[in-house]
Amino acid sequence: MFDSLSGRMTGVFDRLRTRGALSEADVAEAMREVRLAMLDSDVALPVVKDFINRVRERAIGAEVLESISPGQAVAKIVNDALVEALGGAGAVPLNLNAAAPIPILMVGLQGSGKTTTAGKLGLRLGGRERRRVLLASLDTQRPAAQLQLAQLAQRAGVASLPIVAGQTPVQIAQRAMETGRREGYDIVILDTAGRLSIDEALMEEVRQIRAVTNPAETLLVVDAMTGQDAVNTARAFNEAVGVTGIVMTRMDGDARGGAALSMRHITGAPIKLTGSGEKLDALEDFHPERVAGRILGLGDLAGLVEKASDTLDAEESEKLALKMLRGKFDLDDYAAQIKQINKMGSISGILDMLPGMGQMKSQLAGKDLDTSVLKRHTAIISSMTKSERRTPDIIKASRKKRIAAGSGATVQEVNRLLKQFDDMSTMMKRINKLGAKGLMRQGLGALMPKGMMPQGGPGGGRGPGQRPH
Amino acid sequence: MALGFFSRLKEGLSRSTQKLGGNIAAVFTRRRLDDAALEELEELLIAADLGPAVAGRVIDEFRRTRFGNEVTDEEVRVALSAEVARVLEPVAIPFVPDPALKPHVVLVVGVNGTGKTTTIGKMALQYGRAGVRTILVAGDTFRAAAVEQLQIWGERVGAPVIAGAPNADAAGLAYQAFERARAEGADLLLIDTAGRLHNKGALMEELAKIIRVLRKFDETAPHSVLLVLDATTGQNAIEQVRVFKEMVNISGLIVTKLDGSARGGIVVALAEAFGLPVHAVGVGEKAEDLRPFRAADFARGLVGDSVRLTASQPSADPET
Ligand SMILES: Nc1nc2c(ncn2[C@@H]2O[C@H](COP(=O)(O)OP(=O)(O)OP(=O)(O)O)[C@@H](O)[C@H]2O)c(=O)[nH]1
Ligand SMILES: Nc1nc2c(ncn2[C@@H]2O[C@H](COP(=O)(O)OP(=O)(O)OP(=O)(O)O)[C@@H](O)[C@H]2O)c(=O)[nH]1
Ligand SMILES: [Mg+2]
Ligand SMILES: [Mg+2]
Repeated sequence: MFDSLSGRMTGVFDRLRTRGALSEADVAEAMREVRLAMLDSDVALPVVKDFINRVRERAIGAEVLESISPGQAVAKIVNDALVEALGGAGAVPLNLNAAAPIPILMVGLQGSGKTTTAGKLGLRLGGRERRRVLLASLDTQRPAAQLQLAQLAQRAGVASLPIVAGQTPVQIAQRAMETGRREGYDIVILDTAGRLSIDEALMEEVRQIRAVTNPAETLLVVDAMTGQDAVNTARAFNEAVGVTGIVMTRMDGDARGGAALSMRHITGAPIKLTGSGEKLDALEDFHPERVAGRILGLGDLAGLVEKASDTLDAEESEKLALKMLRGKFDLDDYAAQIKQINKMGSISGILDMLPGMGQMKSQLAGKDLDTSVLKRHTAIISSMTKSERRTPDIIKASRKKRIAAGSGATVQEVNRLLKQFDDMSTMMKRINKLGAKGLMRQGLGALMPKGMMPQGGPGGGRGPGQRPH
Repeated sequence: MALGFFSRLKEGLSRSTQKLGGNIAAVFTRRRLDDAALEELEELLIAADLGPAVAGRVIDEFRRTRFGNEVTDEEVRVALSAEVARVLEPVAIPFVPDPALKPHVVLVVGVNGTGKTTTIGKMALQYGRAGVRTILVAGDTFRAAAVEQLQIWGERVGAPVIAGAPNADAAGLAYQAFERARAEGADLLLIDTAGRLHNKGALMEELAKIIRVLRKFDETAPHSVLLVLDATTGQNAIEQVRVFKEMVNISGLIVTKLDGSARGGIVVALAEAFGLPVHAVGVGEKAEDLRPFRAADFARGLVGDSVRLTASQPSADPET
């Protein structure tokens, strides 16, 4: 699913590229694809519409840098707008500017991860930040909910409010704050029962809890897998209790997490934290850039474009692009490409940013990528004569031996390089036939020497998960 | 705010008669079902989580039969929900424990927090009342207080609960429970499992292991593997079902939290893609809140009373 989506986007943007300048019609077509991509990522429909309208305005008539294609320019505008809509660069910290004990209220639908997140916050604030934290469960609905929080508090090494049977949630909230004051806690985290946005009685209850505790943060905890209903939930909770921050849980799943945008759009509250596992330390700050790429299924395209335009010699790239497109790509050009790749930094960093490379990347996860192959290739190529570099076909057995000796490589290595170059040329020709794909993407992707890839190649099974404890 | 079908059902007649006044004008105003109107309907389906592709297909089907007709909102509502129901009808299959199996072993699986443990409690009540001797197994040996949660459910509905030591091996526990249930002549064995995301290979492998171990005792077990799905889930549900089906061969679905504002349209996409039986729906947190899945009801709830073509004034009167 991931790949087809980014493929679709790439397709449109490539069509734009071949057409030259951005027209209104081009943008409209791209926006249709963006709309679909966002809906597939579970961004709520009204939010998608609003977003598209704003981006369309920006895109039409936008200046397109010479070094990137119009398609990439649109992609960058979309991506930037999305990052901005998700809150802009950087994470927003919890607001703990209040007199101790500082109340933090956790609210949300059933099963969204409130109790677990309360435990995670306990660990973070009590451990790393060395605050005195008290966890209090106001959940009198779900069986064993209070026990669940008590156990999590114990694991996190923080205190939990003693359980007293028969108290109402509001009474527990009051007792928690009294205990917090009396026993000198810095922070009191109030976990509440899950409730539906349309449950008037329970929404009224949480309103009362808020009134008696006056929390510094009211965190709406939302499952990253949430669909279109995100808008209803966001609106209802925001109207009832005034959400000050959002926590997206289960970001360790493979949902695209469009609900993040819906939530942010409706409440205006920043997404402050994300849950990335069941373990108590699986709590992270929210990074809009990462989630934007995830929603669009594009990888960090803008990052790549930026990095590329920062570090690549635009003229050089252009020259290489032309040669590739004409099928006149020789070993000199290959050496030049390697230099460009080296300039851009680590290969895995580049892979991170390449659309459609997610799968390959997960294959590579944890394995060391052997970038030394690139260096060997450069050395081998530099031992060739000019005519050999231009017409690699003439390199037969005796030449191979000479080149190998000259570069301190084996004949086998020379063979591998030639084979690879041959594969690459074939691929270039295929790409030509398919209609020129963006050089930046295909050029680098195609340049990944096979020797650098760990065994197995893309398309294999899922990586091993880890049972948290 | 959009309401789910069941919540509307609960609020009952008073609300619908109230609304009738407001809607009556719309109901009696006809509008041509043109491209603009169909687009509105398509968006309605998208907003119910059918996903853009499936919504598009449903509307295409709809277009073929009704395009250009003069219709009322009510006619659209009925026809569109019939179209959705047509997709759901084949998967509306109740779960019936096989009385010949002693016990019918059911493994309950799903991603975190969907309502597995609660649904097991509800099923135990429902089948227990029907005279089916039911035993519950606290197979979530991982999450904090998961065992206690199921034990409370067991007390509530009067079903015995078999539990192991904390962090015990879930497969071993399931095996022992199966043995005991067989020895005691139980009819139904409901095995709870820890929530797990489908993209975590090791956790999915753990589920596969539970099944392998159960088969050592009886190679026909488990007789059902039920995936519990949260109705608020969006398009990721498709991947969930795909992977769980691949890894543990799920036999059917139960959709929870339909008492909320989520419409659960993803069920339509799932019916199209996998055709797995949808056995029941959860409509609340109480033991009684489990209902059979009925295609027509579900479709009506999904299309809902929100079908209101905005431009439903007669085209002859551009003033209003
Ligand atoms: N994979 C994953 N699981 C999570 C995450 N956060 C919570 N969970 C799991 O989700 C399930 C539900 O979490 P809870 O914390 O009980 O949810 P809750 O919102 O308190 O639920 P209610 O109190 O019943 O409304 C548990 O199985 C948690 O372990 C996360 O970030 N990633
Ligand atoms: N409103 C509503 N809430 C439900 C329904 N089914 C379950 N819940 C609630 O959802 C929350 C999670 O339910 P659980 O049964 O603990 O979910 P689970 O799948 O066992 O969760 P894990 O074991 O942590 O993965 C609880 O607060 C339940 O009361 C339903 O049909 N409607
Ligand atoms: Mg809870
Ligand atoms: Mg459970």
